[in-house]
Amino acid sequence: MEQLAVPPQVMRRRVEEVLDLMGIARLRRRALRTLSGGEQQRVALGAVLTSSPRILVLDEPTSALDPAAAEDALSAVLRLVHDLGATVLAAEHRLERVVEYADRLVVVHEQRVRDGKPAELLRDAPLAPPVVELGRLVGWDPLPLSVRDARRAAGALRSTLAGVPARVAPVVPGDVRDGLLARGVVVAYGDAVAVRDVDFAAAPGEVVALMGRNGSGKSSLLWALQGAGPRRAGSVSVAGRDPANVSRPEAASLVSLVPQQATDLLYCDSVAAECAAADRGARAVPGATRVLLDRLVGGPGIDDGVHHRDLSEGQRLALALAVQLSGRPRVLLLDEPTRGLDYTAKARLAGQVADLAAAGMAVVVATHDVEFVAHTASRVVVLAEGEVVTAAPTQEALAGSPVFAPQVAKVLAPLPWLTVGQVAGALNGTGVAHG
Amino acid sequence: MATVTAGVTRTRRPAHLLARPLHPLAWWLWALGLAVAASRTTNPLLLATIVAVATWVVFARRTDAPWARAFALYLAAGLAIVIVRVIFRVVFAGNQGTVVLVPLPEVSLPGAATGIALLGDVTAESVLAGVYDGLRLATMLICLGAANALANPRRLLRSMPAALHEVSTAVVVALSVFPQLAESFVRVRRARRLRPVAEKGRVAALRRIIVPVLEDALDRSLMLASSMDSRGYGRRGSRSVVLSRLTAGLLIAGLAGLCIGVYALLDATAPRYLATPMLLAGIAVGVAGLVLSGRSVHRSSYRPDRWRAAECVTAAAGLLAAVAVFATAQVDPVDLYPSLTPLSWPQLPWLALVGIVVALLPATWGQREATLLGIEATPARASRRCCGRSTASSRTSLAATSRAGWSPGGAIRATPHPASSPTPWVSWDRTRWRGSSPTPSRRNWPTAWNNSPYRRR
Repeated sequence: MEQLAVPPQVMRRRVEEVLDLMGIARLRRRALRTLSGGEQQRVALGAVLTSSPRILVLDEPTSALDPAAAEDALSAVLRLVHDLGATVLAAEHRLERVVEYADRLVVVHEQRVRDGKPAELLRDAPLAPPVVELGRLVGWDPLPLSVRDARRAAGALRSTLAGVPARVAPVVPGDVRDGLLARGVVVAYGDAVAVRDVDFAAAPGEVVALMGRNGSGKSSLLWALQGAGPRRAGSVSVAGRDPANVSRPEAASLVSLVPQQATDLLYCDSVAAECAAADRGARAVPGATRVLLDRLVGGPGIDDGVHHRDLSEGQRLALALAVQLSGRPRVLLLDEPTRGLDYTAKARLAGQVADLAAAGMAVVVATHDVEFVAHTASRVVVLAEGEVVTAAPTQEALAGSPVFAPQVAKVLAPLPWLTVGQVAGALNGTGVAHG
Repeated sequence: MATVTAGVTRTRRPAHLLARPLHPLAWWLWALGLAVAASRTTNPLLLATIVAVATWVVFARRTDAPWARAFALYLAAGLAIVIVRVIFRVVFAGNQGTVVLVPLPEVSLPGAATGIALLGDVTAESVLAGVYDGLRLATMLICLGAANALANPRRLLRSMPAALHEVSTAVVVALSVFPQLAESFVRVRRARRLRPVAEKGRVAALRRIIVPVLEDALDRSLMLASSMDSRGYGRRGSRSVVLSRLTAGLLIAGLAGLCIGVYALLDATAPRYLATPMLLAGIAVGVAGLVLSGRSVHRSSYRPDRWRAAECVTAAAGLLAAVAVFATAQVDPVDLYPSLTPLSWPQLPWLALVGIVVALLPATWGQREATLLGIEATPARASRRCCGRSTASSRTSLAATSRAGWSPGGAIRATPHPASSPTPWVSWDRTRWRGSSPTPSRRNWPTAWNNSPYRRR
């Protein structure tokens, strides 16, 4: 506003009004870097609002946030729409969060743009949130967009499914001594304890999801497990060896971590150079990483000479994954891999993770993405304040939880189905669902 | 004692007594006044008084901001200056004087360096000369450190005149980008450890860090640029080329005049016509330039720092110290530069002393504000204030700290206990207590330590 030369009195008044409107008055003296994701998003909205715009354009307002923070940010946006009559145009991957609030939907697909009411467009849109897919599967009309609508329509489905036993295809994990075994891990930064005496295990062939709100110690635990992060106490062993105490190439053959910012790993100026560097670092056969990459993206879709910044998010993640897999680790750790991925990329990632696990790798995924967990993980570990709160099979851990339940579980509660695929399997009479 | 909670006290206060951060410019004027006073004397008593005054005010008024915590560094740097100065005097400066402290042989350098002698008898005169000189420099540095600790640099930039607005915006952006850069550097370095090394050697390692960090920085700066653009930065009023050249010329000329004037004013040997007249002319030209170029910038300012009585008092207190020293130089210059040959105990010129002690005023003024008003700006400030408010409590906490540091039982554990333990007492190393049972009064130490303003945060 200073830039727009708004008079000081008006400026002062508007700032105070916006602080109240967004419910951020108590944050006014905090440094921006100390705020949580949802709070930052609120502050950013507030900063834009002070110049009282009529139209707000939001670019993925919730994609980097955990579920609670996303609710927080979205409720702020909704308040603007309802109270102030602002027009909001939002681009968003996480349809399951926003689509129920949308009045109009614009789908851009294969260079065609379609515009219409969400319930009509989503009937055959290429992307749809789980609740819509469930609606399509069962043939509900009108198509429900929110969990609330779907629950109203789902009475008949619930009684049908109640008779079917909800069995998930059993995962047969290998011997945990060949996988990852950690006892009493403590990570502390100065006075702040990030991980408090955590026991953790991941057997070969198992996909373990690590969940919990921002700052609950997920990343710290992953880094400590990999051996590159600090660990104050406890033991980690992968196939009998501690990755923190062996040389780097050897550690890479035990456990690999793909960090939150996967691009931090990449430093060469072309995909080919990146793959070659990975081969040399892992002392693998030249070309091994490239083969891995092709397998991950499902064909030789990526040109050798491309810089990694020109790849799509999903391809870049696949490249980082291939680079980290070049050492043929026994355990793979993924930190927030679904950030910024759209539905298709996410589905492909889920497929990749499932393949790796089927090949006998232990995979640990730290994520906020409930739907992704429901699709891929066989076990869920929930952290809070650095301690393990829940450690249970996915179905048990997610279906009963108010925060972590995926949309399908919310619609069908108290039945323990998690994904549309599982419901489809049950309805087909196979009884055994395929995650 | 007023409560620290967010309750508003009902009694009416005169507005100028409300607790608030002072205008940064006031602190700079105050500190520059002290620094100027220090530059015109080598009397160790006066210099020590100046250091004490600056330190006192900093501890009374500083916040918990990172720049405020750097003050200890300035003190350390000052000490280092004095030590280095003395060492140089002893080693190089061919010791004159008669009062020999340590007899040492003199080493004459051969060859090209003929005529230079190292060492020689260490005399009281040369050591003292080193101490006086070093102390003067150290005091000036500490004064600047005090300004740095007390004035919020961002607010200082904000109160720049409109003409310098673009420059100050750039500096603010640079300031906020720097921590981001450091953060991404740390992140990338961490990530580097995840990948087995392909190329050995420093250049390759550097490249692995620099490339992602720069990419990240470029990304962020492009994003920042577009978001600033969308919020109206970089708007320009209409300004002709001639006008902008004129203002630039005026600004540079004014700045040059200002520099020459200040130099001449402080250097007693410079010709007098270069001093005050040049300074005034420089200021006049500079102000003209600022006004001229400020006219073409259209912006307003949100909650500007206002210049009120407290600021006047603060700035005046510092300037008074400088004036007092100048006045002493007219009346009684011998006391400002204590004689080394023959050695004599430095006298304390009362006029200069009074002037310097007046510079303490901002400390007490701040305390009065704090006690009068229960509201505090931030919780962090409040916790600091509540122990800094009364001298008695801060003295006990100081005593507690020093005892805690030195007594064998009171060592603080380096690897602390889990952070959320409710009492700080728990984080003390109990094993060390086994020999002697703690007395009740000792039990209070951790709390005192916890509240002490000297505690590292």
